[in-house]
Order: sequence, then C-alpha cells, then structure tokens
Amino acid sequence: METTALEIHDLTVAFSRKPVLWNVDAKLPAGKLIGIIGPNGAGKSTLIKAIMGIVPLSSGYVKIFGQELNAVRRRVSYVPQRESVDWDFPVSVMDVTLMGRYAHVGMFKKLRKADYDIAYDALRKMGMEAFANRQIAQLSGGQQQRTFLARALAQQADLYLMDEPFAGVDAATEKAVITLLREMTEQGKTVIVVHHNLQSAAQYFDCLLLLNTRLIACGPVADVFTPENLQDTYGGKLTLLTDVANLMRKENYPVREAQLQKE
Amino acid sequence: MQLTYEDITILATGSLIAWSCALLGSFLMLRRMALAGDAIAHAVLPGIVIAFLLSGTRSSPVMIAGAATLGLITTFAIETLQKKARLQADASIGLTFTFLFAVGVILLSMLAGKVDLDQDCVLYGELSYVPLDVWITSTGTVLGPRALFITATLFIVLLTIITITWRPLLITTFDPVYATSIGVNSVFYHYLLMGCVSVTTVVSFELVGAILVVALLIAPAATAYLLTDSFRNLIILACGLGLVAVAGGYFLATAVDASVAGSIATVNGLLFMAAFLFSPRYGLLFRKKRTAIIH
Amino acid sequence: MNTLFEFLSLSDPNVRYVTLGAMLLMGSSSLMGTFTLLNKKSLIGDAIAHAVLPGVCLGFIFSGSKDPLWILAGAFFTGAFSVYLIDFIVQHSRIKEDTAIALVLSVFFGAGIVLLTFIQKSGNAAQSGLDQFLFGRAAAINRNDLMVFGITAVVIASATLLFKRIFILMAFDRDYARSLGFPVKFIQFIQTSLIVLAVVIGIQAVGVVLMAAVLITPAAAARYWSNSVKGILLIATMVGLFSGFAGAFVSYVAPAMPTGPWIVVVASVMAFASMIFSPQSGMLSRYLHQRRLRHTVADENLLKVFYQLAETDKTFFDGRTLAQLTGRRKFQIVSLKRRLSRLQRQGYLEKSGDGWKLTDAGLIRAQRIVKIHRLWELYLTTYMKIAPDHVHEDADTIEHLLTPELEQELERQLGYPDTDPHQAEIPYRKN
Repeated sequence: METTALEIHDLTVAFSRKPVLWNVDAKLPAGKLIGIIGPNGAGKSTLIKAIMGIVPLSSGYVKIFGQELNAVRRRVSYVPQRESVDWDFPVSVMDVTLMGRYAHVGMFKKLRKADYDIAYDALRKMGMEAFANRQIAQLSGGQQQRTFLARALAQQADLYLMDEPFAGVDAATEKAVITLLREMTEQGKTVIVVHHNLQSAAQYFDCLLLLNTRLIACGPVADVFTPENLQDTYGGKLTLLTDVANLMRKENYPVREAQLQKE
Repeated sequence: MQLTYEDITILATGSLIAWSCALLGSFLMLRRMALAGDAIAHAVLPGIVIAFLLSGTRSSPVMIAGAATLGLITTFAIETLQKKARLQADASIGLTFTFLFAVGVILLSMLAGKVDLDQDCVLYGELSYVPLDVWITSTGTVLGPRALFITATLFIVLLTIITITWRPLLITTFDPVYATSIGVNSVFYHYLLMGCVSVTTVVSFELVGAILVVALLIAPAATAYLLTDSFRNLIILACGLGLVAVAGGYFLATAVDASVAGSIATVNGLLFMAAFLFSPRYGLLFRKKRTAIIH
Repeated sequence: MNTLFEFLSLSDPNVRYVTLGAMLLMGSSSLMGTFTLLNKKSLIGDAIAHAVLPGVCLGFIFSGSKDPLWILAGAFFTGAFSVYLIDFIVQHSRIKEDTAIALVLSVFFGAGIVLLTFIQKSGNAAQSGLDQFLFGRAAAINRNDLMVFGITAVVIASATLLFKRIFILMAFDRDYARSLGFPVKFIQFIQTSLIVLAVVIGIQAVGVVLMAAVLITPAAAARYWSNSVKGILLIATMVGLFSGFAGAFVSYVAPAMPTGPWIVVVASVMAFASMIFSPQSGMLSRYLHQRRLRHTVADENLLKVFYQLAETDKTFFDGRTLAQLTGRRKFQIVSLKRRLSRLQRQGYLEKSGDGWKLTDAGLIRAQRIVKIHRLWELYLTTYMKIAPDHVHEDADTIEHLLTPELEQELERQLGYPDTDPHQAEIPYRKN
C-alpha cells in the first residue's frame, strides 16, 4: 500500500491567464478522508478538476500513486458537482451507475453480468436499489447525489475526488454519505472531498487542505484546524497577490515565461 | 385510397431521411446544439457549390464530401469565433452560417444557368421527384430510385455509427466533465456528430430543403422528449413520429396540392403541439391539473 | 473610378432607391440588432425571419391581393407570435431555448411554404412576387418601398433614443429594472415589436435566411470597437449603413450579383476585420502585445546575466564575452548577438573590447529585475508559505511583470529586507 495517494507539485492553474490556484504544493496521504476547505472562489473545485486533467495546468504536475494520471486513471474516480449536468436527461439511475463501469470495460466492449452486479451493489450501498429503474428527472436532490456517488462506487477506484457532495442534500443523505466515506477509508480507499461547511469539517475529516488561491495548510485536522490558519484562509485574499493576478490577466501574461514562446 | 409505386417510393425515402434526422436530432437537442444543427444545414451550401465547381458533376459522393467539409469548417469556425475572438455563442453561430450561406448564394449566381441548383431547391427541396430519378447500371438494368438507395445507405451508416459509439456519445452528452475524467475525448465525438449532421443535411437538401431538414432534426426529438424519460425510447419514438409526420405530411400535401416538405414540417409542428398540451407526464394541461391538486 | 462617381452621384433613380433603401434597412436593423446581441438572444431574429412567412401568406389570403398593409400586418403578427411562443414553450416544458427556437422557426417556415405553394397553385395571378420574401429583392426597391423603409427607420431610431436607457438596463439586469418599478413586460413588448418590425422590413431586402446577419453582424463587429452601448449603437449603425451601401454598389457594377448576400458578405468581412484589427481586443493587437512581452522578457533575462556575472566577480562594468554569457545561461548564439545589438541600440549595453558591458541605465534595469526576483521569492516564502526551493520559477516570471507601484508595495509589505530566502543580497538602488 502506498503511503502517498496524491502528490501536487507547484501546481498553478490560470483562467484567461489569471491564476486561480497559485503554486499549490501538497502531498496527501493514502487511506484517509481528506477535506478541501476554503471560501467561495478559492479554487477548490478547480484543484480537483486540475488533478483529473479536466482543466489544463499552467505549471507544475500531479502524481497519483506516484504515476501520471493516464497510467492510473482506472484507479481514480471523480464525482462532479451535482449542478453540472441536466437532470432532465432521459436516462435511468441504473444507466448513470453503469457509466462507472465504462471506465473499466471501455467504450466499446460489452458489459458483462458482473458489471451489472457491481453497479447494483453500488446502488444498494447508497440505498438507491429501489430506484434503479427510476428516471433521474424524478429524483430529489439527495437522491441525485446518491446516484452520482453510486456511479463513483461502481468505478471501484482507490482514490475518489468528490466536488461538493454535501451541497443541497438532506440531512439523512449527508449522514449516510459520511458513514459510507468512513467505511471506504477504513478499507484503505482515499477520499478527497471539496467541502464548504466549516462547522462539520473538523468532525468529518482526518486531514484538511486549506485553500485560498494559495495553499494555506495541509495535514491532520488536529495540526491544521487552528484559528490562525482559518483566519488566513477566510480572512480575505492577499491584496498584493490579487493585484498581481489581475495584472497578469490584463497584460495576458503567462504563468511561466517559457509559455510566451508558445503563442 | 390506393398507394401507387410513386407514393411508396416517396414515403420510404422520406421516412429514411426522417429516421436519420431523428437519430442525430435527439443528440443535438440533448447537447443543446439544435441551433448549431440549423447553422450547418445552411452553411453546407457553399460546400456543395464548390464541390460542383471543382468536380463538374452533381454526383453524390463529391457533393457529400464537399458538404461534410463545410460542416466541419462551420463547427470549427463557431468554436474559433468563441474562443479566439471571444464572441458570444449565439452571435458566433449567426455570423458563421449567414456568411457561409451568403457566399454560397453568390457562388450560385456566378454559376447561373450552368448548374441545375438554385435557391429554390435549397429552401424547398422536392420529394415528389424521387421516383423520377432512377439509378441505371452501365448494363442498362434499372435498379430503382437513386434517392432511395442513398437515404437507405445513409440511415444504415448512421445507425451503425451510433450503435458502435453509443456509450461515448451518451456519456459526453449527459456529463462531459465526467467523460473527460474517465479519459473520453469529447472533442472527437463532437466533430463526429457534427460531421454526421452535415452529411445528413446534404443528402436531405434536394429532397426537403435546408430549413425543413431542421424540422426533421429537431421536432420529432422535441416531441418525443415530452413523452418519455428513456433515451432509447426517445430515439425510437422520434423515429416513429418522423414516420407519422412524413406520411401525414405527404397526404396533406397531396390533398391540398401544396409542398410536401412544408406539409411534413407542419405536421411535425402539430404533433409537437399535441404532446406539449396532452403528454401524460409533461403536457401543459396535466401539469396544470397536478399543481392544482397539490395546492 | 468612373463607375464609382457615377454610382455616388445617384443620378439614376433606381440606383438611388436601392442604395438609400439598403442603407435605411441596414442602419435601422443594426440598432435593434445591438439590443438582441446585448440580451444574448441574437438568434431570435433568425426565428422571427422564418416565422414571418406564414403571416405574409395569411395576409395575402385574407386580403386577396398584395396589399402591403395586410401583408405587413400578417408578417408582424406571426413574427411576434413566434417570439412569445418560444418563450412559452421554454417556460412551460422541459424543452430548452435552442431547441424551441429551432423548432418554431422550422415549423413556422414549413407552414409558410405550405401556404405559399397553396396560393401559387390556386391560380391567383396577383400572387407572383410573394416569394420575394424568401430571397429578398433589394435590387427592386422602388419609391414606395423607400417611403416605408424611411418611416420604419425613423420609428426605430426615435424609439431607440427614447427607450435607450431602460433597454440597456433590461439587457444588463432585468430583475433590478423590475425592482425600480419599470413596467418591464410592457417595455419588453415594445422592444420585441421593434425587432419584429426591423425583421419584417429587412427581410424584403435580404431574404429569410440572411436576415439574422442583418441583426447580428453589424452589432458583433461594433462590439470590438467600443465598450459603451452608445458607442456600439453608433458603430453598428455605421457598419450597417456602409454594408448596405457597398452591397448596392456591387450589384450596380455587376447587375447579375445579388444585393442581399453581398450586403451580408461585406458586413461579415467588416466583423472579421474587427476581430483581427480592433486595437483593444483584436487578435492582432493581442499577438503584438505578446511579442512585445516576449522581447521584454528576453531583454531582461540577458541583462540579468550581466548582473549575475558582476555579482560573482564583484565588478559591475567589465566587458563580458559571448563565452562568458553562454556559460551562465543557455542562449542561441544568433539570437543572442541580435539581442545584444538591440540592447546596445537602446542604450542598455555598450561595446567593450571584444565583449559588451552594462551602461548605467542597463545596470539600473538589471538591478531592478534581480531585486524584484528576490523580493518575490521572499514574498512567496513568507506570505504564501511556499518552501524556498519551490519559489525560483515563479519569481523568474513575475520579475518582468510588476509595475513600479506594485514593486513599491512589495518592498513596503516586506519591510525593505536585506536578503532573500537563499541569503542572497537584495540590491536596492542607491540614491
């Protein structure tokens, strides 16, 4: 078993050349439940999108279990924000869950009975087996989130990256989900969760990554959940850093000078 | 009423086009690219004219190649205007297709008289001519209406492509971000789909016209979307509705002696209106009633 | 050239009608197009243009003749109806806006074609010419048309002046407009009516398909030249007027050429040119800006090497040979030589023996870069808690970017420190 699940090295991500994540450098341990915490616009979602190769990196690199993303893609599962899809889409809960198996079976090979069993098992763990054939348009917010998590479970990954799985869900779902995430980490899985609620953060997670454009702190809750760190995270942005970031957008100036040659 | 050989040929050709359109239209609608489909349907005009200029023939493979090229150029241009020139999406679509269509019309007027292709055919199309244009082999055997062969081939090809790429198409349509996270190349499937739309458009061009092909692409899919929650059923239902519209449209056109393509679009519109009002789950009347009960 | 003068003299009444007509149409549509663009509803114009056709036919059927009033009334009615229908479908079903637009435009157009072919086959002799609505007939604009176009242009222009402020507010923030107590629905109705009016009139010049361009293209071109609505309105109108004029000119020179498509091509070319050449957001200016940045960075990196060599040798104004420079940092010899003479021309370097040395100005600039580099490294380690061995690359980039104000702010926040995280001395300019 690896000890480091995820290594983020000098990661900078810029949108229209303005850095939204700046030189983030962290190592996240395997087998832990890890929360990514920070105010709105801190770059939390961007961080896990960058890890999954969904947004391009301006500098730095990410290693998952010591390897490039493409080498270990099957061992990683990503749960997008619930609002990112159209829930009027004409598919059933089971259809969505089976998408998790595509990561293993591929885009063209036939799904076997085992795949259906795994998907059904994932639904059962999320308490959604009764809804397997239900169309997603008819689900509540909490059920939609459970469906997304079932899809991730069906991927049978070792590392899970979840974007705000607790946003807009009912208390019962939140409780069920956190229990499940705990079970998963006990079985050696690593779960990284973007979380917006500071109150529950300390009790939910083993480790925290505090983020506000730059990395504030990263480590076990006891070490990093301190008033000073929280003040740094939530006490506003560094004005000089913000000014420089805005200047980069205005001048269309890249994050690394070598990138000037490319355009 | 007795169906003649001509009637059957026209209905069969029309249905095959309607099915091809329904297959693609369902994806276009769910990907929120209905208007990109509309744009491609217009923008392939210069492709057809240029293909004719270069090759001097109106043979289908050349025309299809020309139109498919323009379709991909349109798709690329719309994206480039958005990304590089930072133009908003709706304006990018409008600017691209009107420019290409205008170029097509100008090219056409330069060719005036030299080619049997004009704006009328672009806008209307004419299904009634289908039985007249037959395919004759070099040995003189009459194989049957050319359009029927072409539309049948098109439908089989599209059905094959969509069956094979069903999974990536579904996943890039429903959740493109997740698709990227499991390593699916969504850009490839975007262009694949738009390429299919351009080919379908050009095949439909002479038969139903550039604007009415939009009705066949979008209307049956939209109607079906109000009737079912399953993607597979949506496509099957859209094909069925397309068939009904083609048959209904053809008989309406015959009855009042009007344009077949226009009548097909009109029947499509009526079918949508019926679903919009009376769909058991999503119809306006039943929705109203349900909310009334809750209150 | 003679042709141009002949054309400009407008002595031929037909030329006069066509040119003025095309300009009036384009000018007034551009005004309404600006608002559809700002509302991000450019393609609504496309829907209206297609939906006008059944109205035209109904107007004809009801009046039994080509009475323009009936036809315009019919066109106006179905055009406006389509806008409300699209809205209604989106609000009362799960159909999204793009699908609703495509659906309404194609079905209305289909119904129009049915009516048109029905009329054509009914044998009413007066029907000939109805299909001009499909393709436009700019080349056949006559005196009466010109009157209608003129009145429309006046109506649209004065309504735009009257309602400009509230139109802008509604495009920017509809809910806020409502909260201020404006009758948003009524004003929206007026705006929609004006757009439909512009389309109904404009379609006679360019036809159904190209009508969308008349609304969108001039406004899209103008967007690149101004950031104020007033400016966009003005520039869009000018683009519209010019393309109307140019389209009329082309069909004057080459009578076989269709006027409408040429108007659209001219307007589109102007839009493409704006995208490339606009000084504020054009692609060319962005490219040139990047090239300038690239030069600055390369210049400063070379000056920095002189400074670093000086720091090692503790002598600042010694000549440095190519070998010394390439020993410190990788350079391509050809581009290095070119850059050295460039910096010499600019007064930052001068020849010294078989090498180059810094001038006073060169020293000041090199020192500033090195200072910012080291200050930024310190900023990253203190404020952003980044490990000292992870800060060099970032500082290498930022050193070329900071303005004098940000440079001062950086010094102030760090309290004018003496050394960077690697214990290298931070060089300040001695007064």
